[in-house]
Amino acid sequence: MIFSDRTALILKLLGVSALAGYPLVGSEFYIELVAKVLILAIFAMSLDLLVGFGGLVSLGHAAFFGIAAYTVALISPEYDPANLWLVLPASVLAAGLAALAIGLLVLRTKGIYFIMVTLAFTQMAFYLFHDTALGGGSDGIYLNFRPEPRVGEWMPFDLAEGHQLYYFILAALVAVYVLLGFVLRSPFGRVLVGIKSNEHRMRSMGYSTFHYKLGAFVLAGALAGLAGFLYAVLFGFVTPELLSWHESGHVLMMVILGGMGSPIGAMLGAGSMVALEEGFSLLTKHWQLLMGLVILAVVLFLPGGLIALPARLRGLFARGDHHD
Amino acid sequence: MDIFSFLVQTLNAVQYGLLLFLVASGLTLVFGIMGIINLAHGSFYMAGAYLAFGLTSATGNLLWAIVLGVPLAMAIGAALEALLFVHLYKRDHLEQVLLTYGLILIFEELRSILVGDDVHGVPMPDFLAGSIPLDDTLSYPVYRLAISVVCVGLAIGLYFLIQRTRLGMMIRAGSHDRDMVQSLGINIKLIYRVVFALGVVMAALGGMLAAPISSVAPNMGGQVLILSFVVVVVGGIGSVWGALIGALLIGFADTFGKVILPDFAGVMVYLVMAAVLLWRPEGLLGKG
Repeated sequence: MIFSDRTALILKLLGVSALAGYPLVGSEFYIELVAKVLILAIFAMSLDLLVGFGGLVSLGHAAFFGIAAYTVALISPEYDPANLWLVLPASVLAAGLAALAIGLLVLRTKGIYFIMVTLAFTQMAFYLFHDTALGGGSDGIYLNFRPEPRVGEWMPFDLAEGHQLYYFILAALVAVYVLLGFVLRSPFGRVLVGIKSNEHRMRSMGYSTFHYKLGAFVLAGALAGLAGFLYAVLFGFVTPELLSWHESGHVLMMVILGGMGSPIGAMLGAGSMVALEEGFSLLTKHWQLLMGLVILAVVLFLPGGLIALPARLRGLFARGDHHD
Repeated sequence: MDIFSFLVQTLNAVQYGLLLFLVASGLTLVFGIMGIINLAHGSFYMAGAYLAFGLTSATGNLLWAIVLGVPLAMAIGAALEALLFVHLYKRDHLEQVLLTYGLILIFEELRSILVGDDVHGVPMPDFLAGSIPLDDTLSYPVYRLAISVVCVGLAIGLYFLIQRTRLGMMIRAGSHDRDMVQSLGINIKLIYRVVFALGVVMAALGGMLAAPISSVAPNMGGQVLILSFVVVVVGGIGSVWGALIGALLIGFADTFGKVILPDFAGVMVYLVMAAVLLWRPEGLLGKG
């Protein structure tokens, strides 16, 4: 850690305040863009739980994002808003259950097999929505009304209003961050990190590593589902491309760009990835080429991601012994 | 389904499976020997198809395109290994995944800049353009049979190369113990370069052969990449025989899936994979 605990806390509070204040000054377009970044930050943090803490490199994480997005679009009535307190848990639960079913299979494999198998199962989920009439096939499906947070007759806030949706998403991001901090400090989180560094040792210490990994896989799937739910609510439109393996690669890239093994890094990754994409797409129609070059550069020259950059720079300019 | 349409579907399944084997064997070879997971393998398939399109337009014949395209693909493979993949041997799988993911984006955009985003067709050579009549209505295209024959030939060639030649012996030794092979005075870096270039050639050749029967289109590599992964997972990583069995299994599952359950055709292949994983998580011929 390069900052003291107090500095880190102040920086976090400043970050949240800046995000909370943004709708007061930003234009509609950028408020929606920042809201998208916040959603992707939740998505990236959920994957970081697997990759950065559990050592499970999943190339299929978009499946859970997409399944939750499809769930809310499919169970919402066509001509009325749904009740948020029903569709939100239902979507997250659907993603969690899918993660349980897929996790039971993919966690039987390790290493490179795991990467390939997670990739293949996302593709299966993709074809399930792409080829069948279930969710409108390749055309996708609309979510005509944003869910209403009704409690009886009372409605504490209104997601149909853009700024309130923004704050709802920001609150979800903070909640996920706090939850992950809690999980990672718990015995469960410690065991997970132990599995990443040496699974054999953890098993010989008597931990059922399979169940810990499955727990992490389900939790990560459910949180990705929360992100997918918010995405569907924000944009009101769901297509099979949300589940495609390119999305899985995309979010994995965010985690690495920011620096894995750190929820803040995942958030930084999501923000810088979207910023790069927006910037590059202004420059040229072939912006993916620049994106690919950035990815190459990050892998070859920036191990540890953005979050490790201050420490690396400090190491570079420090006198005497050199930390890397 | 009568006997002739069954025959046609079976031949299609075999042809599709063998083509998948060609691409997947390159993937499994590069992984088994060099320990590299290469997501850009599908891009080499796409590059092969586009090479076939470009060179066929230039020379007028697919055969000439293949004759010219194979050395070109080999040169591209060797150059990529020397410039990029050589940095990946000591990196972990995650970094390999990311770097090769970045390469996919770069290759897709280069394709878009160089050739554009249109869908193209490639004519098959005249002497293979006919079809064999089976009954009054059904016939089977000669070109598809030719693909199967060529793929079987290549599979046999690959077997001889790896099991019966001096180069193959060095390749097999290199996959077991890189340092020991090097200390015996064998240039392991050169061996790796040859293996990688061979893998690229197999993917590209798959694309060239497939070009006349499937359209040459943007993003055509992604689908093949994932099916190759499925083949490798089903067959067992690093096992060329496993890749052959896996590829045929997937070929049959896909072809007959489309006939029997058209709505779930895309999912069928993955169900087969799930079943194999439940039964043998290390793949049919994998070493646990």
